[in-house]
Amino acid sequence: MSFIAPKSRRSIDQVGVLERAGRFTTRSIKSKSKVEGLKMALSMIDLTTLEGKDTPGKVRQLCYKARHLHDSYAGLPTVAAVCVYPSMVKTAKKSLGSSGVKVASVSTAFPSGQSAQNLKIEETKYAVGEGADEVDMVISRGALLSGDLNYVFDEIASVKAACGSSRLKVILETGELDNFDQVRLASDISMEAGADFIKTSTGKISPAANMPVTLIMLEAIRDYFLKTGKMIGMKPAGGIRTAKQSLHYLVMVKETLGEDWLSNEWFRFGASSLANDILMQLVKQEQGNYQSMNYFTID
Amino acid sequence: MSRLEVAKTYKLYIGGKFPRTESGRTYQLKGPKGENIANLCQASRKDFRESVIPARKAQASWASKTAYNRSQVLYRLAEMLEGRKAQFVDELKQSGFSLLEAKKEVEDSLECLVHYAGWADKYQQIFSSVNPVASSHFNFSVCEPSGVVVATAPLSNPLHGLCFLVSVCLAGGNSLIVLASEKTPHVAISFAEVVHTSDVPGGLVNILTGFEDELVEHFASHMDVNAVIYARNNSKVSQKMELASADNMKRYFNWSDLEGKIKYSPYFIRDLQEVKTTWHPIERISSSGSGY
Amino acid sequence: MSKKSKNLEPNTGWDFDPAPEKVPVEIKAQYDLFIDGKWVKATSKKFFNTINPATEEKLSEISEASEKDVDLAVKAAAKAFGSWSKLPGKERAKYIYRIARILQERAREFAVLETMDGGKPIRESRDVDVPLAAAHFFYHAGWADKLEYAFPGLKPKPIGVAGQIIPWNFPLLMAAWKIAPAIACGNTVVLKPAETTSLTALRLAEVFEEAGLPPGVVNIITGAGSTGAALVNHPGIQKIAFTGSTEVGKVIRRSVAGSGKKLTLELGGKAANIVFEDAAIDQAVEGIVNGIYFNQGHVCCAGSRLFVQESVREEVLQKLKFRMRSLILGDPLDKNTDVGAINSAEQLKTIQHYLSLGKKEGLEMYQNAGGTPKKGFWCQPTLFEDVAQSSVIAQEEIFGPVLAIQTFRTIDEVIQKANNTPYGLSAGVWTDKGSKIFNLTSELKAGVVWANTYNKFDPTSPFGGYKESGFGREGGIHGLAAYLNLEG
Repeated sequence: MSFIAPKSRRSIDQVGVLERAGRFTTRSIKSKSKVEGLKMALSMIDLTTLEGKDTPGKVRQLCYKARHLHDSYAGLPTVAAVCVYPSMVKTAKKSLGSSGVKVASVSTAFPSGQSAQNLKIEETKYAVGEGADEVDMVISRGALLSGDLNYVFDEIASVKAACGSSRLKVILETGELDNFDQVRLASDISMEAGADFIKTSTGKISPAANMPVTLIMLEAIRDYFLKTGKMIGMKPAGGIRTAKQSLHYLVMVKETLGEDWLSNEWFRFGASSLANDILMQLVKQEQGNYQSMNYFTID
Repeated sequence: MSRLEVAKTYKLYIGGKFPRTESGRTYQLKGPKGENIANLCQASRKDFRESVIPARKAQASWASKTAYNRSQVLYRLAEMLEGRKAQFVDELKQSGFSLLEAKKEVEDSLECLVHYAGWADKYQQIFSSVNPVASSHFNFSVCEPSGVVVATAPLSNPLHGLCFLVSVCLAGGNSLIVLASEKTPHVAISFAEVVHTSDVPGGLVNILTGFEDELVEHFASHMDVNAVIYARNNSKVSQKMELASADNMKRYFNWSDLEGKIKYSPYFIRDLQEVKTTWHPIERISSSGSGY
Repeated sequence: MSKKSKNLEPNTGWDFDPAPEKVPVEIKAQYDLFIDGKWVKATSKKFFNTINPATEEKLSEISEASEKDVDLAVKAAAKAFGSWSKLPGKERAKYIYRIARILQERAREFAVLETMDGGKPIRESRDVDVPLAAAHFFYHAGWADKLEYAFPGLKPKPIGVAGQIIPWNFPLLMAAWKIAPAIACGNTVVLKPAETTSLTALRLAEVFEEAGLPPGVVNIITGAGSTGAALVNHPGIQKIAFTGSTEVGKVIRRSVAGSGKKLTLELGGKAANIVFEDAAIDQAVEGIVNGIYFNQGHVCCAGSRLFVQESVREEVLQKLKFRMRSLILGDPLDKNTDVGAINSAEQLKTIQHYLSLGKKEGLEMYQNAGGTPKKGFWCQPTLFEDVAQSSVIAQEEIFGPVLAIQTFRTIDEVIQKANNTPYGLSAGVWTDKGSKIFNLTSELKAGVVWANTYNKFDPTSPFGGYKESGFGREGGIHGLAAYLNLEG
């Protein structure tokens, strides 16, 4: 099992990408389309806590928030998933119960990925055994940068095998890659190796997700779909904090991949503070006045 | 006992060859005292048409030569002329130039060739630019030769005026079809021999003798000519040429100031250039920034 | 987990609600001529209607300047030339800086007006036309006191009165392109906007008033072709600048021949936009879309001939069609609109003529689905596949959102085809290889070459064509020469 580089590797023009990404931000989303878009964005959030100081208590609170975003507002969706370290999977799984909110676990020596391959596979098996519905792995950026593409490919494929029926999200950590061409290359390798989702960042490195990088990955997903007919999901993570930003991302998905991708089965936001900003906007749309953080819960 | 001179037949210079006019017409060139100097070809519009073809072909490869090479070819032209100075002095004298005037005309011609030989690899730096656009693009403008140029040479400086037109066109990467001074055309055809024995590629310079009345409108209306120059001072002829130039929007220049007073300036080269501007993105600069 | 999706479709469920630009703009019922700093009635006493091409509603009545009005305007400009040309450059500069600033301050108003009068999307008038117009004034203001450094060895002198005739595709921007360098160089101006789009030029006159520009320095007269002809033929004009069709350009050139009037012409185009197999395809597709559908294709430098290397034809076509479907056509005032209204009924007729020609030639035509509004003039973004070089669609300037796609195999072939046109305004090249770019950019006979980008404009960057696309350059240091007598 190894990655065969495509005959002509796609190059990316950075300035063109920035221009195109900028265009999505000039779309003006109003009225009903805004409310619909914001609710959709809420339903796509992976609420995340990935800290050394995470405790079962903290995780339980986050899981409660995942199910009860803002109870005074009727008809809100839940978020898509709660994303935690492997050691917290069991707690999360128990807290979320039958809510439909998925549990995602990071894996493979997150965030650096600097460990032995067999340990990464063991870690993945452990997370899945604990009940993780989804696994967020990191690629070996060092191997990619030093040109060992087969290593990167094989590792993803092995982790995918260890996932069983759990969905695999592959984190490229684009902030550590040298240029957009590499983002595209890493996307292609990940999808060929079996990723169900590709994801921009761990959230531990700056810059995290931004629209240009996400655009390149969406275009890679589109090309892969055109070639194979297989849909791959996308998850920008980190750096998306405002309701307005989330709408820009949705516009980008709509105009790059089409609306089949506009569901939490195929698109996710890895974000924590985004949910409350969206909630404030939704309440403002309903009540007409600008909101304060004091009226929205922080978990 | 005086010997009988061998009289020279002056033909046209087209495509690196010396053909007679296809029309078979000749006219007698008279000296100041009415004496016959020589028979000359009276070029027809078909001769002109035949010269555009090699001029177009030669221009493309001339423009792709290095500026350094174009410079040396022009300088070589001066070297060849210097060696045949005496011949040109004689011929000019036939047309009524005094010895001093004739010498000056030839020396000025030499200065002109040497002067413009030096411009060939310099004007680009003076006239091109890097443009500081307000986006992340590298943006620059350079000069490119207009292409095939047709000119009527000044009447009063039969050699200097011709050398000026040749210099300006060749330094800037253009090819030239030139109608020689009607007063002293045989000098122009002798200059063609200099061109022919130098390193100027065949077809790059084409020299016709004949009358502007029957030719200039064809010069200006030819659809495969890029620029026309009128360097004499008849405003009616000039207007006729300018009018006909509209057919393919060729560039038209009235350089009537040159008649009797040739001056040197790189802006003459500039007139026969097109400005081309190229844009290319610059990576790694924020989208609102620029590089230069 | 993966499933086969039905297809890639951008517009199915989550559609954008209307987001109209709401800044109100006052439009007078009638507009007079702006001559010698005053609003004066046209002596013809005739008016013509200007309409909103998106709704066909009448916006206002515009004066039709007669030969006599033209004469008054030229005389006012000639009178003003005396003092304006003698004003120290730094003083002229300050007037022009003021104009730039006021334009920036009133940007939204200008954008809305431009969109109502011409049909272009507010996104473009707001993000391109108006800011660039202001930038042109800002850039050229700074030249006014530095002209002696622009042409080494020469003494620059203003020419006199410049007669300027501009087209309807970028009404305000073209006015700025023309007026800014002219007055910075010390000339005075009589400007005639196109008859379908006079409103922003007339509003620009209000800006000149607000800036305190001395009377007569810029005069705005309105009218159709006969007004333009009167301006061109007026003996009091020393310089003519025209942007428009090659056909009219030739007429102007012939009527000016021998008059000694200086002339610059920015005419038509049929640009080749060339995509090589090693290009960044996704960005190239953006460039194709921006090249031909920007401003409904009413752009002289539009990339209307697309040359795709055969090996990537399928990919480019597939992506292009997908991208086209996300273009939103409709109310030009809606901030989400990408493709606005065709400028006039007449232009729509021209475009439709070419569409039917293409169909008659048996060409494969692809057009965005979805209807067009009932009122107004509209054309969905359109492309023709596998067009031959000899097809009319590939040869003539359509000036609408219509793309002719041709394929090629080798570099030599595409260079030959790209240059095989009487036009030479612009070209586009898409490849990842630097040396190939320079090969192409030096071989293409065009005044502007966009490599890995398209339809970029900047006041510092000279713009203008080769061959029948006109002569002279506008913008940058090179553009100044058109407005100066350069004495050696």
